[in-house]
Amino acid sequence: MEYILLIISAVLVNNILLAQYLGNCPFLGVSKQMDTALGMGTAVVFTMTLASIITWAVHRWILAPFDLVFLQTIAFILVIASLVQFVEIFMKKMMEPLYRALGIFLPLITTNCAVLGVALLCIKKEYSFPQMVIFSFASGLGFALALVLFAGLRERYAISRIPKALEGTAIGLITAGFMSLAFFGFKGMT
Amino acid sequence: MINALIVMGGIGFIAALLLGVASRVFYVKENPLIIEVEEALPGANCGGCGYAGCHAAAVAIATGKAPPNICVGGGPEVSENVAAVMGMKIVAKEPELASTECCGGDRAIEKFDYDGIQDCRAANMLFGGTKLCERGCLGFGTCVASCPFDAIVMGPDRLPIFLPDKCRGCGNCIRNCPKGIISLISSTAKILHFNQYSECLAPCRQKCPAQIDVPAYIEHIREGRYKEAILTIKERNPLPLTCGRVCPHPCEEICRRGVEDEPVAINYLKRFVADWEMNQDKHLDVSVAASTGYKVAVIGGGPAGLSCAYFLRRLGHKVTIYEKMPKLGGMLRYGIPEYRLPKKILDWEIEGIINLGIDVRCNVKFGEDFDLEFLKAAGFDAVFCGIGAWASRDMKIEGEDLQGVWDGIDFLARFHLGDPPKIGKRVIIVGGGNTAIDAARSSLRLGAEKVTLMYRRSRDEMPANELEIVAAEQEGIEMLFLAAPVKILGQDGKMIQVEYIKMRLTDPDPSGRRRPEPIPSSETLIEADTIIAAIGQFPKIDFIREGKLISNLKITKWNTIDGKESTLQTEIPYVFTGGDCFTGPAIAVDAIGAGRYAARSIHFFLTEGEIPPVEDRQTKLIRETLFESVEGLTHVPRAHQPELEVNYRIGNFEEVEHTLTPDAAKREAERCLKCGLICYNRELLEAMGREMASVGDSAEAKKE
Ligand SMILES: Cc1cc2nc3c(=O)[nH]c(=O)nc-3n(C[C@H](O)[C@H](O)[C@H](O)COP(=O)(O)OP(=O)(O)OC[C@H]3O[C@@H](n4cnc5c(N)ncnc54)[C@H](O)[C@@H]3O)c2cc1C
Repeated sequence: MEYILLIISAVLVNNILLAQYLGNCPFLGVSKQMDTALGMGTAVVFTMTLASIITWAVHRWILAPFDLVFLQTIAFILVIASLVQFVEIFMKKMMEPLYRALGIFLPLITTNCAVLGVALLCIKKEYSFPQMVIFSFASGLGFALALVLFAGLRERYAISRIPKALEGTAIGLITAGFMSLAFFGFKGMT
Repeated sequence: MINALIVMGGIGFIAALLLGVASRVFYVKENPLIIEVEEALPGANCGGCGYAGCHAAAVAIATGKAPPNICVGGGPEVSENVAAVMGMKIVAKEPELASTECCGGDRAIEKFDYDGIQDCRAANMLFGGTKLCERGCLGFGTCVASCPFDAIVMGPDRLPIFLPDKCRGCGNCIRNCPKGIISLISSTAKILHFNQYSECLAPCRQKCPAQIDVPAYIEHIREGRYKEAILTIKERNPLPLTCGRVCPHPCEEICRRGVEDEPVAINYLKRFVADWEMNQDKHLDVSVAASTGYKVAVIGGGPAGLSCAYFLRRLGHKVTIYEKMPKLGGMLRYGIPEYRLPKKILDWEIEGIINLGIDVRCNVKFGEDFDLEFLKAAGFDAVFCGIGAWASRDMKIEGEDLQGVWDGIDFLARFHLGDPPKIGKRVIIVGGGNTAIDAARSSLRLGAEKVTLMYRRSRDEMPANELEIVAAEQEGIEMLFLAAPVKILGQDGKMIQVEYIKMRLTDPDPSGRRRPEPIPSSETLIEADTIIAAIGQFPKIDFIREGKLISNLKITKWNTIDGKESTLQTEIPYVFTGGDCFTGPAIAVDAIGAGRYAARSIHFFLTEGEIPPVEDRQTKLIRETLFESVEGLTHVPRAHQPELEVNYRIGNFEEVEHTLTPDAAKREAERCLKCGLICYNRELLEAMGREMASVGDSAEAKKE
């Protein structure tokens, strides 16, 4: 039960994109097409879970014992950046089509605050290992869900008549705002 | 502090080590060819090639899974560059361009139904695709927004216009159009296509023997896009200059504006754009498919032969025309007189056809100078025989061998063989067809004082084009109806008088035809020094020799070449026919349509070995499209071509009619109702509306 609540909370109520406003760059950048949005979403789910596990380990066995928790942020950035690089190299060899679909957006994950944010949150909330894994995976899912929904909307925009001044990113931001409001509706569920 | 440094350094070192190892383990050797190919591709990621983006396409090309010309987005230069990278030579791929069959018409109901919804897909999603018009365009412009190459623009009446110069055939518009009325079609497919009952065909399109897309080119003219108008016509008829002048335009008879007003002057419009092309002094480029390596011989260079050769050439075959006369054109040159069709214009038109790469041998007669054995030995894979109807029927009366007696075809042909006929002052023409009228009007221009046209039925039965009859009357040709010659009287071998007998028409027989019969002892004499017989023609089949391949050819009892109606194939499988020699004397546009039909058959015969029938082939008019009233039509006068003064034109062979001005052409084009199968048929629409309403789906949506 506790895990289910954790998942619902991470996916819907505290959606990383729409409730915590982390990771806006890919949210606007890769949301024009359903295909890429799906790819990006999957990549984030994957990276986020992996990053949280590794950072959790780093915190637990390196930073905490040596009393270096103040180094948390910078150490996590380093770890995540290397991890994303690693994922990129790995995907290029093993998952060529996905690599191509994500194109320039993979390095974007490096600077993706959502990933870092989730890693830090896991520590802050003092999750146990299974909780941490589930939370970060669910957060990734929440990210993917928001991204895909948003891409669906934006695909429609491409063929609608929109005032010139609002075309492109402008209408994207407005829509993101509305979606965020909509997601606030989940508040109080947990 | 030291701890912090060591830990950070350690983490950094481990990360670097891991990455280093990973990049070694997971190293991907990029095929340099792929990179080069990808650089040569446009990078539009349009997906038109069927691969997910340009990189995937580059990989496929570099690994040999796809040909170097799969890129539809970049056009021929890109294909060439890619091929250069791959070290291959490119064989031009025939472009496939987007087009829609919807020609507009009255689509208003659709538009008002979806008030406020500005997009086809949205309308389609909301109403689940159930809408009154099954085929027509909604006019919301989804396709325009979806085109990555800006090749679609919205026309003034919200029908998309496809710009062939920009269209790359990527297919995005097709995927986005909810009505499924956009298709990618190559020129080859267009040439091979014949009208089907299931299509949205305006009556004029159904009636035209060449099946020209009339509403489309009228629309192009209205918008001032003359080039496209010409290309639309030339998809069906390579001789618009000629037909624009001499065609009796059956299409206008059936024009729906004609039910309430005068029909649209379709043929004037055709002539107008054709003249425009000629005045540019440059033949517009038409597409020619890549060479197939097959060789076809065309016997006879009349409209049927020219049309067949033209379309075969465009389908990529190698064609040689064999013609017995010194020049090409058939009856267009040797029958139709100069004042109706100036030969300079015909020459220019034929030049455009020949320039596509057709070989021509003139002054060679089939049966004398060459035969089927020769053609086989020369490596021809198929033969088209379009020899027309060049034998004149005799009057079978006494005195036909006297001096002053002419055969109409021979008479007309002489003008163009450098040997104008010498005639007397009082000329009698016998017959009521085009040949008779042309001979009469030509005699007048040769200086005859009195020309009388003698026809055994009445004016209503005359087979000649109505306009020609009117022109002949204007020029002062005397018409002697219900009369037939019985004897030609002569003196010293020269004719001086003609004896004729008066006729009357019998009561209609069961088939409704009224036959002429002589009125006993009504013989009359008239003075005449020349008589020209133009009472009918039939094919001159003088080339059949026993023991030769050609002896297998079957001839009908009307002395025409026998063949299958559905394929135009004769008894000799590789010999095809069409035009006057198959149907008997008809009109030029019939021969042109037959030429393309034969080209289709020959194409399939050569490339596939058998000829698939045209499914659902439209041969009769579609009843539902012939609505009998058009509501709310205001009368707009039909355009008239300027013509020479009657007095001026008699003494010479100058062209009588002149073309419309651009303004007049535009005004005339605006008279077109743009009929479509369902769009314009209000009755049918209403009936369908009731059906729909009973389904309940779009009941409220139906109100305007
Ligand atoms: C006087 C006259 C006026 C007409 N006016 C009109 C009109 O106003 N509007 C209209 O639409 N139609 C008109 N027509 C009809 C129209 O011209 C014909 O229907 C049309 O030309 C038929 O085309 P075709 O290719 O079948 O035959 P043709 O045009 O007769 O061409 C046949 C060709 O085959 C060649 N040929 C024949 N025998 C041989 C052989 N053994 N070897 C090699 N070559 C050979 C001939 O020289 C000729 O070039 C008119 C016809 C005539 C005679």
